[in-house]
Amino acid sequence: MQPLDRTAIELVSAVRAGDLSAVDCTEAFMARIERVDGKVNAFLAVGRQQALDQAAAIDVRRRAGRPLGALAGLPVAVKDALCTTDFPTTCASKLLAGYRPPYDADVVTRLRRADAVIVGKTNMDEFAMGGSNENSAFGPVHNPWDLTRTPGGSSGGSAACVAADMTPVAIGSDTGGSIRQPAGLCGITGFKPTYGRISRRGLVAFASSLDQIGPLARSAADCALVMETIAGHDPGDSTSLVEPVPPYTQLLEEPLAGLRIGRVAEHYGPGLDPEVARGVDEAFAVFEAAGATVHEVELPHAKYGIPTYYLIAPCEASSNLARYDGARYGVRAEPGRGVRDQPGGSVRDYVGSFDSPLVEMYCRSRAEGFGPEVKRRIMLGTYALSAGYYDAFYAKALRVRRLIQQDYHRAFGSVDLIAGPVSPTAAFPLGEKTGDPLAMYLVDMYTVGTNLAGIGGISFPCGFTKGGLPIGFQLQGPALAEPLLLRAADRFQRLTDWHRRRPSLAS
Amino acid sequence: MTATPAAAAPFTTVIGLEVHVQLQTKTKLFCGCSTTFGAPPNTQVCPTCLGLPGSLPVMNRHAFDLAVRAALALNCQIAPVTKWDRKHYFYPDLPKGYQISQYDLPFSSGGWLEVTDPKGAFSRRVRITRVHLEEDAGKSMHDEVAGVADSRIDLNRTGTPLCEIVSEPDLRTPQEARAWLGELRLLLVYLGVSDCNMQEGSLRVDANVNLHIPRADGSPAKTPIVEIKNMNSFRSVERALAYEAARQWEEWQATGAELGSAPKQTRGWDDAAGLTRAQRHKEESSDYRYFPEPDLVPVTVSEEQVAATRGAMGPPPSMLRKELAERWAIPAYDADVLVNQGHDLVAWYEELARLTGDGKVASNWMQQDVLRTLNERGGSIADFPLAPAAVADIIARITHGDFDTSRGREIFAEALTSGKSVADVVAALGIAAVGDDDLEALCRELIAANPKIVADVQGGKEQAAAGLIGQAKKKNPNVNPARVRQKCIELIRRG
Repeated sequence: MQPLDRTAIELVSAVRAGDLSAVDCTEAFMARIERVDGKVNAFLAVGRQQALDQAAAIDVRRRAGRPLGALAGLPVAVKDALCTTDFPTTCASKLLAGYRPPYDADVVTRLRRADAVIVGKTNMDEFAMGGSNENSAFGPVHNPWDLTRTPGGSSGGSAACVAADMTPVAIGSDTGGSIRQPAGLCGITGFKPTYGRISRRGLVAFASSLDQIGPLARSAADCALVMETIAGHDPGDSTSLVEPVPPYTQLLEEPLAGLRIGRVAEHYGPGLDPEVARGVDEAFAVFEAAGATVHEVELPHAKYGIPTYYLIAPCEASSNLARYDGARYGVRAEPGRGVRDQPGGSVRDYVGSFDSPLVEMYCRSRAEGFGPEVKRRIMLGTYALSAGYYDAFYAKALRVRRLIQQDYHRAFGSVDLIAGPVSPTAAFPLGEKTGDPLAMYLVDMYTVGTNLAGIGGISFPCGFTKGGLPIGFQLQGPALAEPLLLRAADRFQRLTDWHRRRPSLAS
Repeated sequence: MTATPAAAAPFTTVIGLEVHVQLQTKTKLFCGCSTTFGAPPNTQVCPTCLGLPGSLPVMNRHAFDLAVRAALALNCQIAPVTKWDRKHYFYPDLPKGYQISQYDLPFSSGGWLEVTDPKGAFSRRVRITRVHLEEDAGKSMHDEVAGVADSRIDLNRTGTPLCEIVSEPDLRTPQEARAWLGELRLLLVYLGVSDCNMQEGSLRVDANVNLHIPRADGSPAKTPIVEIKNMNSFRSVERALAYEAARQWEEWQATGAELGSAPKQTRGWDDAAGLTRAQRHKEESSDYRYFPEPDLVPVTVSEEQVAATRGAMGPPPSMLRKELAERWAIPAYDADVLVNQGHDLVAWYEELARLTGDGKVASNWMQQDVLRTLNERGGSIADFPLAPAAVADIIARITHGDFDTSRGREIFAEALTSGKSVADVVAALGIAAVGDDDLEALCRELIAANPKIVADVQGGKEQAAAGLIGQAKKKNPNVNPARVRQKCIELIRRG
């Protein structure tokens, strides 16, 4: 059997049944990575030998009749924001180049326990800050549907990896849309669960109150499979939810009759590409044909989502990133020398007077280690938390966040799910928005609300532009509505084949 | 500069204290690492207290409960809901670049602690503004060898639970401040909240001080508030405050500068030089950018939990002093001395008092013998070689008239050093009760040999009989001097 064409559910059951060895499965995807990742740049690290060794051990255990984990033999790629003991964890930052954590993220531990095969670490926007993957210190990821375009971000490597069949599933993180938006731009399914459903322990923090880990896969059903392994309470994360994890894959079979879907007028404002609007409308029609009803709902404070998000997230980031000072780990700038010898000589840029060698180490390690977008957000957040500005910015943003939460709460009183576009346009060309940070921030306009409200959202393809680029559709649900979100997306995918389309990767 | 004696000072010294106390927990506030003092550097650390990327804090509920116990003992109100905040500053011994602390919603506030001088010099109720919980930072060690600065960081201490206790400016003399700190330490040690060991840094004190100087119209001129840091003992606190009061008095006389004319100044105490020095202005102008810690959830404390904590607390020292004085009929001064030595010593005393049946005699032995020995030998009552029963045995034999108190002390000393039982020591020293017949025979012998003394006693000078006692002890060291004296006088009278 050709593993590359199979869903994760099929692969896992084939390995379990002995129809496919874990080694053959891993080898097939490894070969694919070696063949195409030169074009895509989805991976920052690939562990061929360790993956094959792990796969071989799984095969031995299967042949011996010993029990296998729920994801036995399934190749998984993990965003480089998740700590792994056997791969460097860099967050695509020069500052953490070569950093190897002494512990695995909770999600990684769960994947290993389930016998998933972790093949490598995926590229991303530095510290998950960005929507195009162009903020990686190790080069942008290229969208497999058009290599001149962005895959989205920040989990662009994870999305492109799945879209290009380099792994059947990948793990990403979503702070303001960082799973759903790249999934949408890459034509795959990306799931951001309720805040706290998956432990954040070992996820390098960007904005702690917004960060949420989730799966990216070819289908909602495959997301459901991975969710059963990675979701659950972790006593090591005080914000992780204690509610038991439902059997997501089984619940896909529940009937969907009487589903009420909310449509938000605010989603159709300026900036929404007409082709995307058409694709989204067609998706609504699919749901209606399946028996759902569509109702207009209001999210009156949604228009404040972007400014609110771009205060809260940078404030938390400025705090979370304070630890990268060059003192204990990561890259340290030695007095009088740069982080590394760069063409253009960054050292000259920082010649000046420092109060002490310590301050010089701090300033230069951070100046040279962080990229421009990370610096921009640290400065934004530091400013907004400063004495005299706190109330006007951070405290006010928190109040608006509460209003946005209330909007959703009210809306979910009359509908089961809220639907709309994932992002205002399909994949845009690399370089198009890099000079205009504000335009870049607007790509998150439909996704940040989910994070601010702490609820769940899923995105999946609902069509293609005339130029052949995927169009994403988003469903948002109330807290802990994971089963319904997955079931609704799965139902859509049983009725359509957009998620089965594959890029040719010709360029 | 000479310190002006406070009593003669033409001003009031206004003092508030900020005390940091490490809680006596086995593990840190937000991770499972040990808090044991003195381990090799950086051996009691994990991703969380090292602040490694992706690590998360989980609150140690035992630490929180201990802190609640401290706050209740300080008569504070306990907030039903409290939260954590991040306090930001860059320093290499602060691995996350922020400290998890409490800012606008501390878990407790509005308490007080009273201190009374046992000799009656002062009695002061000091209000507690707030008590909050936070994590300790690591330690920086700066070496300067041959002009090359080398700093080393030990992160073992990072994340140790730390209670910050902030008082209102209610103290009025350096002596009061020292005594109040003593009372605070005693209280926290009694409650098992902290070992309050200043040498190991488990109790640290900063002081805020200024002067109120009466003007002609009666309103006070207030000098700028100075925060004093780097005081490593309660004695240093007292000295630093006395020095600072005198310094501010001189400065005010010279400049007339008043509160509000300049930002609050921080001065470091130099114990060897005996003076405070201004610290760099930069270190005090920090903007900590507090904001709510998103990695932790708010903590709720129910009334039931507060009641349970309160119920499990033993009596505070102030109450124990009263109880002890009443129960054993000892003076307040005695109760003060005993209670100030801590819980274990009080328990030891009470056992002795019970066995002896005389609280005052037991108290005298505690103060004159047991405590003196402890002071000489060092160590705590837990390491004391004698059990209360042994001392009670000595006291019982004295009361019985087997020997006198000074002989009892010899037995006490011998039992301490030899480790033998009291009975064995008594036997080894050949101490045996002298029978009535032997005593009479001895006394007759002495009377016969000392006509001068006999004449004096017959002349009414009974104190002359003392001359016979020394001779009696030489002839038989076991005789009880009181009985010798009594017998001799009786025989002389009888003629």
